[in-house]
Amino acid sequence: MSDTAVKEKKAVWKPFTNGLINENPTFVLMLGMCPTLAVTTSAINGLGMGLTTTVVLTLSNIIISALRKVIPDKVRIPAFIVIIASFVTIVGQFLEAYLPALNSALGMFIPLIVVNCIILGRAEAFASKNGVFASALDGLGMGLGFSVALTLIGCVREILGSFSVFGVSFKEPLESIGLAPIAIFVMAPGAFFVLAALNAMMAAIRAKKPAKGKDGRPANCDSDCSSCGEGGCVHRFYDENGADTAVGKK
Amino acid sequence: MAEEIKEDAKEKVQKAAPAAEKKAALAETAKILRSVSPTPHVRDDSSTRGIMGYVIIALLPATAVGIWHFGPRALCVILLSILSAALSEWCFDRITKRKNTVGDLSCILTGLLLALNLPVSVPLWLPVLGGFFAIIVVKMLFGGLGQNFMNPALGARCFLMLSFSRYMTDFSYRPGWGAADVVSGATPLAAVKAGENFNLLTMFFGNEAGTIGETSAMALLCGGILLIVCGVITWHLSTCYIVSFLVFAAVFGGKGIDLNYLGAQLCGGGLMLGAFFMATDYVTRPITKKGQVVYGIFLGILTGIFRIFGPGAEGVSYAIIIGNLIVPLIERVTEPKHFGWRKPEKEGKAV
Repeated sequence: MSDTAVKEKKAVWKPFTNGLINENPTFVLMLGMCPTLAVTTSAINGLGMGLTTTVVLTLSNIIISALRKVIPDKVRIPAFIVIIASFVTIVGQFLEAYLPALNSALGMFIPLIVVNCIILGRAEAFASKNGVFASALDGLGMGLGFSVALTLIGCVREILGSFSVFGVSFKEPLESIGLAPIAIFVMAPGAFFVLAALNAMMAAIRAKKPAKGKDGRPANCDSDCSSCGEGGCVHRFYDENGADTAVGKK
Repeated sequence: MAEEIKEDAKEKVQKAAPAAEKKAALAETAKILRSVSPTPHVRDDSSTRGIMGYVIIALLPATAVGIWHFGPRALCVILLSILSAALSEWCFDRITKRKNTVGDLSCILTGLLLALNLPVSVPLWLPVLGGFFAIIVVKMLFGGLGQNFMNPALGARCFLMLSFSRYMTDFSYRPGWGAADVVSGATPLAAVKAGENFNLLTMFFGNEAGTIGETSAMALLCGGILLIVCGVITWHLSTCYIVSFLVFAAVFGGKGIDLNYLGAQLCGGGLMLGAFFMATDYVTRPITKKGQVVYGIFLGILTGIFRIFGPGAEGVSYAIIIGNLIVPLIERVTEPKHFGWRKPEKEGKAV
């Protein structure tokens, strides 16, 4: 395989890998904080919420991308919301029928996926400008990135706060030697502690590898600055001519 | 000729080295100057270490009464808490390559205060975890001493209270050093709240259930007066706190001006410890005297609300950490006027 072919293949998968690491919605873009903080009391809840969001995000990205030339620019937000809300309703009813335990654990946060910033954000920043296949990959990548982040947070909170992982308890041996779970981690403050700590770790890891491409732009500079995680980028929001990169790139 | 040039070059090299050093020294001075406020300055030889030392000495009576009253386990809890706090600070400084700050005694004071806020019966890993949380999360992650917005010892106490309420509200203890019987006791403050009998005299001297350092109002009062006499704190904050709390308790406590009741509210629980040693923490209190008065009154009212209308009998620690959060607002309101500043005249008035 020649070099260009490899590069092209990589470029196809870029929207997917972007969401997982470089533009992880939770740790880099800081989107969808409300469900992130509220439902991650256990790993199962985090995973459930993440996967539910992934399904809605992928499907709505596909439909919005397919309809992007039909939807008038002025009413695009209501149109997006209608599409997203339809999928949330479908997924919500599905959960209620087949996974009632998860449904009751997530409760109000299932219908609230409609207003999750990640979904509307990706619709606006990606799906309304790109093809169907790329949008599907972007939705999948972002959704999985969100799921991984939520599961991680849920895991840490569950381990520290109730001495169990994915519902498997190891409470008894630890309690027999006199330890007790740190209950604050399953309360709201614990969510902030864990999110901040994981965020700091992620930032430390990202800061170590200088992923800069030509002229100081990040190697993966292909989207607009407003959804780019490279906070330290010298070209952030400004082109050489002083114009908005997002505009200049189009 | 050639030798002369050589000599010249040598001199130049020699000059260059001090010049670089001088430049570095100048930069250092400039850095210091930039962090100093404009004149006039007050000269004083007090140091962080000295002030923290005074506070620790002032806490010694209460600590001694606690150890004498609760037995060797209390000593163990205190030592573990101090060690954990000091070790956490040392490790954090080491890992983040900062100057070692254990020597300013602030972490020792935090560890001591935290231990004085724990019941004696807690499992021994609890003060260790608390010391770690106080130093790392509440203090060092925000930038170390002077940058923390919340009293580290109280932040850690509330963290432990929310996490391990079972241990933190278990006030049973073995009195003294030889006793074998466990006294299970509600704190006198809980008895006051429940309308049961209490003995004001034991509350004053400290022969009662409670956290290690809060039981003896007498010892705390001695320490507080020592702090005020030594000029470490001024009387404004503590007095405003206590007086406004007493007024609140007299008005809303349902007993009117009943000296027995007010005395019990004053000597019971952590009010003295909080008012003299924790609300007055230099970092987390307002700077101006006016601000301290406002802060004290706010704390008094908040403590009163928690104690009288809240579900629990105690409310000092929550009152103080909530107070810590509004300190920046108090500072803004009570900022001193510049010399010569006049209120701008309203334009509408002149017409």
